[in-house]
Amino acid sequence: MHGLKIFIKRFILNKGSAFGGIFLILIILGAILAPVIVPYHWNAVDSGPRLSGPSLDNFFGTDIHGRDVFSRIIYGARYSLTVGLISVLFGITSGSIFGISIAYIGGKVDIIGSRIIDVMFGFPSFLLSLLVVAIIGVGLWNVVFAVGLASIPHFARIIRSAALQIKEEPYIEACVSMGFGKIRIMFNHILPNIIPIIIVVATMDLGGAIISIASLSFLGLGAQPPQPEWGAMLSSGREYMRYAPWTMIYPGLFLFLTVMSVNLLGDRLSQALDARQSMGRGKN
Amino acid sequence: MNFFLKKLLIVIPTLYISWTVVFITLNIIPGDPVNLMLGGRPASDEVRENVRHNLGLDKPVVERYFSFLINATKGDLGKSYLTRQPVTTMIKENMMPTIQLSIGGLIFGVFFGVLLGITAGAKPNSWGDTFAMIVALCGISLPSFWIGMLLIFIFGTTLGWVPIVGDGFTALILPSVTVGLFFAGGMARLTRSSLIDVLNQDYIRTARSKGTSKFKIIFKHAFRNAMIPPVTLLGIQFGLLITGAVITEEVFARPGLGQLLLQAILSKDIPLVQALIVYMTAVYIFLNLVVDFTYGLIDPRIRLERKAT
Repeated sequence: MHGLKIFIKRFILNKGSAFGGIFLILIILGAILAPVIVPYHWNAVDSGPRLSGPSLDNFFGTDIHGRDVFSRIIYGARYSLTVGLISVLFGITSGSIFGISIAYIGGKVDIIGSRIIDVMFGFPSFLLSLLVVAIIGVGLWNVVFAVGLASIPHFARIIRSAALQIKEEPYIEACVSMGFGKIRIMFNHILPNIIPIIIVVATMDLGGAIISIASLSFLGLGAQPPQPEWGAMLSSGREYMRYAPWTMIYPGLFLFLTVMSVNLLGDRLSQALDARQSMGRGKN
Repeated sequence: MNFFLKKLLIVIPTLYISWTVVFITLNIIPGDPVNLMLGGRPASDEVRENVRHNLGLDKPVVERYFSFLINATKGDLGKSYLTRQPVTTMIKENMMPTIQLSIGGLIFGVFFGVLLGITAGAKPNSWGDTFAMIVALCGISLPSFWIGMLLIFIFGTTLGWVPIVGDGFTALILPSVTVGLFFAGGMARLTRSSLIDVLNQDYIRTARSKGTSKFKIIFKHAFRNAMIPPVTLLGIQFGLLITGAVITEEVFARPGLGQLLLQAILSKDIPLVQALIVYMTAVYIFLNLVVDFTYGLIDPRIRLERKAT
């Protein structure tokens, strides 16, 4: 349990992860309790005078339709976090299945599988997302799918190399000699041992996925108005930037802080796990 | 086989496979391109057949695939559905602003990334390190479209220091910063960890025990070795320049390949999307090749090691 103690010390009692964790908890609470917290409905056009600045009535001002920017941002948290999570979950699940399978089966399957990953890597991932959107069309869920799909090669490559290492362990050999089926070995014996790696890479990628989805929404390919998705809000706020900068500043600030919190957690998580692993195996 | 030649030979199949992927994916798009050409106007079957013939869509898929590959190799990527111009002309016309923006972003990103990374890595856990790493974290967490708008708002609109439109050098500053920030963040983190690794090695301790100054140790002894991982990262990060081009050109209303791609996707101009993706992947693969060569040059171990095997 020594490793766990170090993990707790490194991860939980760290200023960075504390900041990230607290901010994310606040955002998640805000997203869940949005109807209770916010003073106005996200689409209520009479929440205040149009394009009025931040005040006691409208903390972050109002937009061109007189909707309360603060209320929209809190509701918007529902989008950014969930769509990011869903897209990463989709990517990591497919990537893990693919990576573990080709690593375990080995031989020609591994060679061909690795080549497929290499070719997919030939495309910059954002371009791959754009290509997918070009095929399946515009819309928030299409964008979530596109970003998830584009992340598969990256995940598959990491999971494959992790699975290759586990495959050589004596206990896997023991499983084989006891006659366990391939699927059972892959998912009951290899998968649990690479779960820490999966969690770390997924967390490290979550921030990027949230930004990519928001970026595509900003470009008009994802969430469509009047949805209070932060990227889409920034896209419409941009037109009134000169007269009403708050319509652009606050949604972006929340997006930035959310992504930064997720990145902080990802960084500290990977540092803590590295430390645990090097302690567990004895240094060098 | 020679390290450089081997690298070069891998590029060709990768290019062709990626073009194949683009061709297949864009040919399974639901919806008839003929409808798109006609802009939703009703038309007789005869007219439709005519359009289909002009677009070459009446030929079998396999034939179209091979003529696509052959023409792409020759540099002919077809005509835009909407403007009827050859797409290569459209790409050529929009290329320069994107190249300028990418170079600007690259210079900003590499310069500040390496500077921050060295500041942090030279003295780990110091105030300088903490500060540099907070800046780097912000770099990778800032949505580029937001920071672009903030820069326009602060330096363009409010302070009026730099023009936000135009094609002069000063108009390139803010877009370059926007493209380069994410780059700088990733670069800084990798330079830091790589420098810390190198500074812990025996030959650095030897240099230190001989009384070499800290400055000389970092820039003369450690720098070249420490730069190998960041240079490798550079290759992967070229994709970011494309992302940066699409978003930054939109934010700053600059013409360029990013704008062209976005418009092509929104209007479902398939030959144009196809051509832009083929072109951008080719550039991406080529730049990665350049990076491979560069670190082969920086680190003779890499090319000799591969030669030995």
